[in-house]
Amino acid sequence: MIELLVAGRCTSCNICVQICPTNVFDAVPGAQPAIARQADCQTCFMCELYCPADALYVAPDCDGPVVVDEAEILASGWLGQYRRDSGWGEFRGDPAHTNESWRMDEVFARARGG
Amino acid sequence: MSAAALQTDVLVLGGGLAATWAATAAAAAGVDVILADKGFCGTSGVTATAGPGHWWVPPDPAAREAAIRDREALAEGLAERAWMARVLDETWRTLPTIGVYYAFQRNDAGVVQYRNMRGPEYMRAMRRHVRKSGVRIMDGSPALELLLHADGSVAGASGIDRVTGAPWTVRAGAVVLATGGCAFMSHLLGCHTNTGDGALMAAEAGAEFSGMEFSAYYTVAPAFSTMTRSMSYAFAAYTDEAGHELDIPSGRAATAALARALLAGPVYCSLHRMPADIRARLTRIQPNLMLPFDRHRIDPFTDRFPVTLHGEGTIRGTGGLRIAGDDCATTVPGLYAAGDVATREMVAGAISGGGAQNSAWALSSGRWSGQAAAARARAQGRRAERPVEAIGEAGLRPRPGAARLDLKAIVAAVQAEALPYDKNLFRSQAGLRGSLERLDRLWRDLRAFGHGAGPAALRSREAAAMTAHARWCYGAALARWESRGMHRRTDAPERDARMAHRLIVGGLDQVWVQPAQRAAREAA
Repeated sequence: MIELLVAGRCTSCNICVQICPTNVFDAVPGAQPAIARQADCQTCFMCELYCPADALYVAPDCDGPVVVDEAEILASGWLGQYRRDSGWGEFRGDPAHTNESWRMDEVFARARGG
Repeated sequence: MSAAALQTDVLVLGGGLAATWAATAAAAAGVDVILADKGFCGTSGVTATAGPGHWWVPPDPAAREAAIRDREALAEGLAERAWMARVLDETWRTLPTIGVYYAFQRNDAGVVQYRNMRGPEYMRAMRRHVRKSGVRIMDGSPALELLLHADGSVAGASGIDRVTGAPWTVRAGAVVLATGGCAFMSHLLGCHTNTGDGALMAAEAGAEFSGMEFSAYYTVAPAFSTMTRSMSYAFAAYTDEAGHELDIPSGRAATAALARALLAGPVYCSLHRMPADIRARLTRIQPNLMLPFDRHRIDPFTDRFPVTLHGEGTIRGTGGLRIAGDDCATTVPGLYAAGDVATREMVAGAISGGGAQNSAWALSSGRWSGQAAAARARAQGRRAERPVEAIGEAGLRPRPGAARLDLKAIVAAVQAEALPYDKNLFRSQAGLRGSLERLDRLWRDLRAFGHGAGPAALRSREAAAMTAHARWCYGAALARWESRGMHRRTDAPERDARMAHRLIVGGLDQVWVQPAQRAAREAA
């Protein structure tokens, strides 16, 4: 579930408020958005992907909230991982992050062929 | 609060793959279109979080015939060749047209690849396509009920703004339902907007369902996570608590074997069999796959990690609204169905259409329903001045007599019937009867007392929709006294030739089931 909005990174663009499919965030006038309904988070990571400031952290645990340490998350390299690996924003066109989803069929074929 | 009152030619309910294909097809026919989605069109639904592959076969008669023959055999008698051929053709001709919005990639030989796509980019592209088509998008606007004309035809829908609770009404010449299947809010990736709301709305208008017993599909994921990306598990090695390797067959037989093992105790997985070159490319093929592993500091290629199976209900299950014509009309005039809210038996039969056919179906049924809705709206007009009736009941309009319902407890109780392997994957007459009795009680409470003010109306409506969905699934499962496709009866493990037909199910306070032939004869 969504666990962290890193205040030092958030630019209050409110994209997360807009795109969250389950309405977890609230816009706050003159301030950064709030994680208002964490229990409604479906752990889909869409907010991380869409956050241009890499300010959001979704813990992969879907059964309930977990305790996270902001300093550890900042040092982990996980912030922005999904956006980078998807080749979005400044990573667009980066050959290290090209879209190779078309290889799925060959992966399945390799698994079948041993 | 005053209700926003809008009108249009075609109203599309939903914002995922089928909805966006429906909206763009209707707009291309030259009519005015509104798309109302519960969440955000672009991230809502199960396509945006996944990696959809399309059923993709070149228009070579031999190749098409072979593809249809393969799937016809797997469908165990319940698919239709003509529908399969239409879907293959529509998908082949249409998918490349979104190349202006989606960057299709080339393979190592330089050939453009269409079949497999990234979900977030696909749905982002479809949103752009919808906007460029002049469709009005209402994000965060769950529909709660349909509006009916006196003649029983659909006149539009009403719902709320999910943040403020402010009501809205859209009068339309025709409505396309594309609200998705229902996975009972399991931990399937991206499924929490898919609670079967559209199915409930359609049932209140008198619509029928088909194939609801084919709702026992499950997908493997790390136990703590939602990451139901199954590709890598083609290389899985499973072990029990003690580390003994489990004999889990590959392919469709894996699910039942895994479920039996999970009922006996924890199951662990390792992906050490995956070749190094595939590991190195994995985040480029599926950028979200590694998120749970990395964040739990698991190396899935050397470590053992616990796995589970998440229920898919009617998402990668097959059942949904019965389709009454080639144009994806339902049995209710003016109401069309596209994507997972509709039955996919015509293309998938008794097994799942997941992995290829469901995306092709979402695209094709979206296009056909959008075109048909546009044609109907043009022919009949909006009829926006006629008086109409809002027909929502359970969860919206309680009967007299006050009682407070614990909606969270009701949803948990529905999940406790619809998701456990020993109830849904391994079905029996006694088990299904017990589940149906408990689900009927939940339904009676919701019907009598369910309501919510403002944004809370959505929660009571979702609870009613999931309860209704589970009753249709189990009602049909009880009537199918055999095993066929994903429907497994422990008390009738063989296929029975006398059951080689579809089952039509419907009803709200009383769930009814009848063989498809009889339903067709009575309708005639």
